[in-house]
Amino acid sequence: METDALTLLAIAGMALATYATRIGGFALMRFMQVKGRMKAALDAMPAAILMSVIAPTVIGTGVPETLAAAITAGVAILRLPIIAVVVIGIASVVTLRMVLG
Amino acid sequence: MVDAHRPHVTRSKRGEFRRGFVDIFPILAAAFPIGLLWGTLAVKKGLSPVEAGLTSASVFGGAAQFVALDLWRTPAPWLLLTFSIFVVNIRHVLMGASLSRHIGHVPRAMQPLLMFLLVDEVWALAERRALSAPLSWSYYLGMGLPLWMNWLLATLIGAILGRGLGDPAAYGFDFAFSALFIAILAGFWKGPRTGAVLATSALVAALTKILVPGAWYIALGGLAGVTTAALLAHPHDEANGD
Repeated sequence: METDALTLLAIAGMALATYATRIGGFALMRFMQVKGRMKAALDAMPAAILMSVIAPTVIGTGVPETLAAAITAGVAILRLPIIAVVVIGIASVVTLRMVLG
Repeated sequence: MVDAHRPHVTRSKRGEFRRGFVDIFPILAAAFPIGLLWGTLAVKKGLSPVEAGLTSASVFGGAAQFVALDLWRTPAPWLLLTFSIFVVNIRHVLMGASLSRHIGHVPRAMQPLLMFLLVDEVWALAERRALSAPLSWSYYLGMGLPLWMNWLLATLIGAILGRGLGDPAAYGFDFAFSALFIAILAGFWKGPRTGAVLATSALVAALTKILVPGAWYIALGGLAGVTTAALLAHPHDEANGD
């Protein structure tokens, strides 16, 4: 029984910690005036985060992933629909892993 | 895609919800085997299917949940788990801050639910949507609710059957998320300053990933890029901006 209680406590702790991060930034902005450099910073936020999410995968995983990312970026710049970009990205990485792996 | 060129198109709640669903659909397909895998691993670590389902329903975050399984022991080290998951998810603070500007018009009572559903993919697609149209809560829920149900269902099936489809990497599904982010990233290009932001973020994120244990790289890479943008800005709103 003690183990179960600790498991539930762990799940609750993880859920609360996660929700705190999800609501935290949103709540914080209630008290912020968005102008000037602050606005420039927020405008750049999506690109900066997206890049940070993918950088280690793209740069540090292996040659197939780096090449597939380059191909994906190439078709993304053509403004194809997202699903097409994703499918091409997956097909590239699978092919390159077979060929190079 | 379509309505970037037709911003005048009438946008009913149901139509918006459906659009959100269409946009998240490839991610549903890619996330399902990952949810199966998580469910099977969770049971191997000693969680019951109910506990695994509860975790996926309440935490709802792939990266955090895999880290949690890595750290999972019996009895559960709940403080360590709570803190580690907080660190993995700290990037959401930045995402929420950025997204807050697009959901100010959403009914107040709806906002806590939208923030609960703030996972990377939903966030990224919502930001992209906000580039071309006002972000509606129906579009957002059209992404978030199916993704949540998909994740929970996959977890439960994986936990109950005790096996998934094998390694998602074998099908390239692991790359679906990177591909999605690259696709969305392309829409945020606004000139050389964006290039400087991207270069800084990429460098700092990659270095942090190598040098710092834990999942700090997204938050630090994001902050580095954002700081670059602030430094390069011409603050017109302030007196005598450069």
